[in-house]
Amino acid sequence: MNNIIVRNTVRFIVLVLIQVFVLNNISVNGYINPYLYVLFILLLPFETPGWLLLTSSFVLGFTIDIFAHTPGMHTAASVFMAFCRPGLIRFISGSKGLEPGMAPGIKDMGFRWFFLYSLILILLHHLLFFFLEIFRFNEFAQTLYRALLSTFSTFLLVLLVEYLFIRRKDKA
Amino acid sequence: MKYLFIFLKKQSFFFLFIFLELVAIILLINHNSFQGSRIINSTNAITGSFQDAFTSIGDYFFLKEANEQLNAENARLHELLQKSTVFPYSAISQPDTTYAFIPARVISNTTRGRNNFIMINRGRLDGIEKEMGLISPQGIAGIIVEISSHYATAMSLLHKDTKISARLKNNGQMVNVSWDGLSPRTGIVEDIPTHIIPKPGDTVVTSGYSFVFPGDLMIGVIGNKVFTGGNLNRAEIEFSTDFNSLHFVNVTKNNASTELDSLNMQLKDE
Repeated sequence: MNNIIVRNTVRFIVLVLIQVFVLNNISVNGYINPYLYVLFILLLPFETPGWLLLTSSFVLGFTIDIFAHTPGMHTAASVFMAFCRPGLIRFISGSKGLEPGMAPGIKDMGFRWFFLYSLILILLHHLLFFFLEIFRFNEFAQTLYRALLSTFSTFLLVLLVEYLFIRRKDKA
Repeated sequence: MKYLFIFLKKQSFFFLFIFLELVAIILLINHNSFQGSRIINSTNAITGSFQDAFTSIGDYFFLKEANEQLNAENARLHELLQKSTVFPYSAISQPDTTYAFIPARVISNTTRGRNNFIMINRGRLDGIEKEMGLISPQGIAGIIVEISSHYATAMSLLHKDTKISARLKNNGQMVNVSWDGLSPRTGIVEDIPTHIIPKPGDTVVTSGYSFVFPGDLMIGVIGNKVFTGGNLNRAEIEFSTDFNSLHFVNVTKNNASTELDSLNMQLKDE
């Protein structure tokens, strides 16, 4: 139990540092903003109680907001993503059933499951974030385009990290 | 009883979600870009020292580029100096002391969001105040919106609330410059009267009427797209400042701002 708490806390700190000091400073072109930090919410254990899921997402979003000078936007998007998570897990797991000790990742749940799970949650997060950033609807198509491109880049990064992580685990 | 308990538990998840989401939205709405929220202001001090440490490592990679920019600016200033000493004793060459300049280093800068911010390593203790201008060696860059003791954050020109009072240099026509969020290199010149059709390459400079920036500072040149039709013409502007390579900047301090403000207040009262 303690081990899980420590691992998630470390993951929280590492993801925030990567997001703030690396990803927020890289500009690929004007449109691509990967927000890898959402990986923290994706990888929280299934057994995480609801209140902890929401509050930790709130703290995560708030930390990112402070560094990125975007008050409330990452916070709102992250909390929304956390809110959607349990329902989505129930929906896409279906009859598969979750056994105790399983973690949300490719290793335990399979590629197809993780693909759907992370893509949908990242998309929800990014759509809310980009529309809150602009806070008006008259640049709808452009905002949608930005959200989709960023979703794609975040998703690729998430898959990349997930695969690196699996390999390291297998070797150990 | 068991089902009631489960029901309540589920509802508490929903209520907590609503509560946290409301907090986030309140934060978002309270943060007016010109006043800045108190929370973000107080956290500036913490994030600032982090960013400062990080930038001092990164600085070495951009030394050459920064040097070239500063060199170019030096050359331009030398040229100006020569021009202004043609009449060394006349009243015309009286130095204009309305604006003071505070040099600063950029420690964090974004260009990809719809609203971008530039953080600098000077703050309240260095005489920085809100609504001062930020200029790069190549042109204007932003307006200070948040300050802490040692750091300040400026809203970049690349922001949805940007509206810079500007002038077309060749005919002195007043216009406004804003940013449409498409590319960090180009913005939009708005409110051009219909009888004036700007040509690509025309220079756009600050008007000096906003008290934030001195007049005649470079903003950019008119780009290839000119939109006519409608009540007012619009045109694309290519910013002279390269927002992707901001390293050293100056903060413009208007020494007469209190006097000008009180004058404006009197006008409003009447």
